[in-house]
Amino acid sequence: MLTLSVLEVLWFFLIFVLIAGYFILDGFDLGVGVLFPFVAKTEEEKKIARRSIGPVWDGNEVWLLTAGGALFAAFPDAYATTFSGFYLAIMLVLFGLIVRAVSFEFRAGDPKWRGLWDGCFFVGSLLPALLMGVAVGNIYAGIPMDANGDYMGIPLIGLVTPFTLACGLLGLAMFLAAGATWLALKAPLDSALRGRAMKLRLPLQVIALLLFVVVSVMGHFAIAPEMDPSLSLLRWASAAIVVIALVVSIVVGQLGIAADRKAKEAAAEAPAVVPGVNPTPGKLPVEVKSFPYDLVAFVTQSAAALFLVALLAFSMFPVLVMATPDSIGPAITIANAASSDLSLIWMTIILGIGLPLVLIYHVVIYRTFRGRVKVEDLRH
Amino acid sequence: MDIFADVALLSRIQFALTVAYHFIFVPLSIGLGLILAICATRAYRSRDPRDEAATHFWVKIFTATFAIGVATGITMEFSFGTNWANYSRFVGDIFGAPLAAEALFAFFLESIFLGVLLFGRKKVGRLAYLVSAWLVWIGSCLSALWILIANSWMQTPAGAALNAEGTEAIITDFPAAAFNPSIYARYTHTVDALLIMGAFIAMAVAAWYLLKGRHTDFAMKIMRTGAVVGIVTSCIMIVFAHASAVVVWEEQPTKLAMMEGQYETEAPPLYAFGWVDEESQEVITPFAIPGGTSMLATGTWDTEYPGLNDLAETEQYGDLDPEAMPVNFVFQSYHLMVAMYGLIMLTAILAIIFTYHRGKIQKMRWLQKLVLISPLFPFIAIQTGWITAEVGRQPWVVYPSVSGPEGVSLLTNDAISMSVSAPELLVTLALFLIVYLVLFIGWARVIGRFIKEGPVMAAEGTTDGADGETDVVAVATMADVQDNGDVEVSQVVVEDDAAAGASANGKDGE
Repeated sequence: MLTLSVLEVLWFFLIFVLIAGYFILDGFDLGVGVLFPFVAKTEEEKKIARRSIGPVWDGNEVWLLTAGGALFAAFPDAYATTFSGFYLAIMLVLFGLIVRAVSFEFRAGDPKWRGLWDGCFFVGSLLPALLMGVAVGNIYAGIPMDANGDYMGIPLIGLVTPFTLACGLLGLAMFLAAGATWLALKAPLDSALRGRAMKLRLPLQVIALLLFVVVSVMGHFAIAPEMDPSLSLLRWASAAIVVIALVVSIVVGQLGIAADRKAKEAAAEAPAVVPGVNPTPGKLPVEVKSFPYDLVAFVTQSAAALFLVALLAFSMFPVLVMATPDSIGPAITIANAASSDLSLIWMTIILGIGLPLVLIYHVVIYRTFRGRVKVEDLRH
Repeated sequence: MDIFADVALLSRIQFALTVAYHFIFVPLSIGLGLILAICATRAYRSRDPRDEAATHFWVKIFTATFAIGVATGITMEFSFGTNWANYSRFVGDIFGAPLAAEALFAFFLESIFLGVLLFGRKKVGRLAYLVSAWLVWIGSCLSALWILIANSWMQTPAGAALNAEGTEAIITDFPAAAFNPSIYARYTHTVDALLIMGAFIAMAVAAWYLLKGRHTDFAMKIMRTGAVVGIVTSCIMIVFAHASAVVVWEEQPTKLAMMEGQYETEAPPLYAFGWVDEESQEVITPFAIPGGTSMLATGTWDTEYPGLNDLAETEQYGDLDPEAMPVNFVFQSYHLMVAMYGLIMLTAILAIIFTYHRGKIQKMRWLQKLVLISPLFPFIAIQTGWITAEVGRQPWVVYPSVSGPEGVSLLTNDAISMSVSAPELLVTLALFLIVYLVLFIGWARVIGRFIKEGPVMAAEGTTDGADGETDVVAVATMADVQDNGDVEVSQVVVEDDAAAGASANGKDGE
């Protein structure tokens, strides 16, 4: 067996780090996009839902472009095989991302066509949220490849199997759960929007957890690709953390709902103790300075997403695209797909300079727009 | 061959269509980004609410344009893998790094600080807001740098070698690959063209207001900014354009021959216009300066350049079939670009003179009309210039340039995705046509609405912006501001969506 260079191994995992960044960050805003028609009923709620991701979604999406560019640079063969092999699926993702990207500004500037752009926002969020998981399911389960590494199966239809579909649904459920936890965190405290998001959060997270178990069991026993035995512990640890993080997120979310109810009851029993502070009985007067339930629920949900990607990386290593038994060519691995070490050195330099800058930008934007969206923010 | 079954041809059509479309909005973004940053700087210094309204006006137009530029840019990054898989395998060692760098150094900068620009007017300090405006523009220029590094490497490869199996280009020297022979000329030539475009759009918007007799004060300010940026960028273009021509002359002989319609080796004449008869392999033109192109490139009248027929005999360019090349198409594109430059200079000179000569342009309706249509000149120049550069290097996608490393070249027909079939391409081509058409209509509606609405004074309390949430019944626009600085309510925008308008009014009352 060929020995892998440190750089090659490093870049294998860096690709997954970038994918995780995308999965977490664009995850919640794609989720908001899919939930949008179901949670945002009035015009004001629609604006708040969009506003909660407005300043950040574009930067979040750049993680996908970075991951794509990095895959191209570090493992050109993997990039070429997947993007051309999944041609129609990638194009659907692409058209989704395109109509979604313009829907924000076009909706705002064109009241008559709001319906169209709202529709684009929903469909444009749903397509990537569902199809990304299907794509991941395929690289894990394997695709038929010829000697050149080109996909030989049926376009689009050939990519859909029970397993890859389950992967797609797991991805979708994770995106939706992230979207619901984000809306619970960002929507005004006492809004119906937040109420609906919190109500949806529990079933979505439970479904994500169940699908995770289904996909893991199928992936381990039915698909059962050859896995690196030395990473076994890391795989089990990652899987355990996914489950723990999701359960914690669910529990904390429910505790948050209970705490809200308690605060409301307390407010109803003792109305207007301090004049002016509590004008409406039964409503939360101000954000109660207590345990940040919504934030913890969001962070643990994100942690589950992170370790889901980690589990994938530890299960795939050192393979990037598995090959089905009827393939003529071999699986695409680090050994046969990696760029030269010189290329990887320069990529490491570029990432070494770029990533800290990117993280600083993220701190700037998330700090600037921290806290809940307020109705008066809509008039910025 | 049947066009509907030719994967290479369909892939090229799809790429050409999507990149040309993308390249409508990129010039607007980069060009208007500078105008926006200048306006933001003026507002920062003057603290004048009218200047702030002007800045905000450009933020709205910029954002809607930027959004469609970003959206259609994703197509381009994906396209290397989706449609040019063999190309990706061949160049991945070199070509991927600039793409990743573009995302890391440019896209994040642009998109995140645009978020601040759009939503942060009340959340960040005035200086931070100004800095964000400049960072967005710098980000867009950096984006152009990295993608043009990638493109220039394909035109004039450097810092690379063919691997032992002859299947891949392997990097040998990253700085040499990045700063390849054509990057300086290409970057300056391209970005300067985009800035000209931005200046002309700004002037055209101003001219429209002058023609309508609205927002005159605002229009003249924009006209002054646009005229200065326009004349400066148009004048220095001579230097950058010449540098680009010299690179083609030194590095890409077949492209030069196509640009001048030259099949036989000779000292090339200078044509203002003409028609290449590809059958007889002659240029039909009433007027030519013998040896003129030779003079421009080398300073002598009689330096001979190899023609396409002789180049096709060489080992390096042996894959070229002179009879199959779209010579007239490249010739026309190139000469149209040059002709447009003439119109650009003319407009820029007239605009600067009559804007600064006691603001005479305010009364010159013919000049206002000329300036109103003038963005067409840089628009056509940019598109035809790009066609010249890209079609001119065919039949290669990685061009075997004169100074390029041996064997590092790839024919376009060998670059395609083998797993993508013609029917799939026809489906996606149709989808692109439909989606991009809808996008264009949507964009035009939004931009038209913003321009009709004009700059809106923040103090008048409209919701603004990029969220464009103009759910207000009456919009006071900064119109017809006279010299005494009075602001009159000159326009009433009645919201069609009455319910939304009413609810917004309710909010205003709180």
